Amino acid sequence: MAKIEILVVEDSPTMRQLIVFALKRLKDVNVTEASDGVDGLKKLSNKQFHLMIADINMPIMDGLKLVSLVRQDPKYNDMPIIIVTTEGADEDRKKGLSLGANAYLTKPVQTTQLISTVKELLKLP
Amino acid sequence: MSKNRAEEFLNTFKKTADFVKELLQENEKLRYQVANLQEELKSYKEKGVGVDAHAQCIAKIAQLEAEKNEILNKIREVEAENKSFAEKYVEVENENNNLANLYIASFQLHSTLNFKEVVQIIMEIVINLIGAEVFVLYLLDEKTNELSPIATEGIELNEVTNVKLGKGIIGKSAKTGENYFSEIIPIFENFNQESPIACIPLKIKEHTIGVIAIYKLFVQKSTFNELDYELFTLLAGHAATALFSAKLYTESERKLSTIQGFIELLTK
Repeated sequence: MAKIEILVVEDSPTMRQLIVFALKRLKDVNVTEASDGVDGLKKLSNKQFHLMIADINMPIMDGLKLVSLVRQDPKYNDMPIIIVTTEGADEDRKKGLSLGANAYLTKPVQTTQLISTVKELLKLP
Repeated sequence: MSKNRAEEFLNTFKKTADFVKELLQENEKLRYQVANLQEELKSYKEKGVGVDAHAQCIAKIAQLEAEKNEILNKIREVEAENKSFAEKYVEVENENNNLANLYIASFQLHSTLNFKEVVQIIMEIVINLIGAEVFVLYLLDEKTNELSPIATEGIELNEVTNVKLGKGIIGKSAKTGENYFSEIIPIFENFNQESPIACIPLKIKEHTIGVIAIYKLFVQKSTFNELDYELFTLLAGHAATALFSAKLYTESERKLSTIQGFIELLTK
């Protein structure tokens, strides 16, 4: 059975490790890490991913720019995107979702919430 | 005349005789039927059917009712047990997640000996795991007995001044080594250095080396939770050790390069 490929784009190594640690509790998941938007785009061009998790506040290219660029590519139309960010205001949430993100989670993120969102978007049991 | 009467009597007698004969036949039939019914009743009695069977049926119903109640009670017990297991599962799951957070925070804090990186990791933990939007990391200068801000989030470093040990909430927290938490978290309007909502002294055993003062939480976070307090405990110890080790290492590196420079100068 092919593994589920997930891309985590997050500049904070602590947060990235926390997300990866949480995702590895799911079965047959392979996680690729990227430290900013540009790195994320590079990793996306190398491999087909089933889901992407991105932060908003990142150096070089922020998460919102990354989400809008990814959504412009028809290849990634069906790939669910989860934004995990410190920006908890309603307008930020609306902006993130309007750019094409499927879910918007705010930090400090609950591991159970992250896992259930991933399962829901990937339709995992 | 008497002949007619005799004939009439004979006719009546004959009819009566026929009627009696019919009655006897009928009687015979009924006797036979009674005998059959008695036989049948006897057989039913032997099989336990009849009045006894009714009583038995009632007893059986009562027994089944009791069994049903017992099963229902058992189902209730199992359901209560399931609920308790589900609650325990959620509790363990949360505990697991909390431990994962603590492990990662601790792992990151001790992943480097670079002072700037350690400071950066402490900032990341306070932002991402605790959810603080405005906070200051102070380090204690033992020569001047003052807490100097070395890193800030949500405000500029130059907006924060040194704090005397023992003075104000931050100074007292550093002096006593005790955490401070504001009873109510007020709405943040302007930065007031003297009014943090939480102060966490960074300690190596009983020796305070710095303080994290939190002034504002993110909009999505209204209060501190259980995990936050555990993270504060972890930060109090591990962040202090990591900062102290990194500082010593950086100083020793600097001294080493100076000594090497001298040696090179002398051996030339």
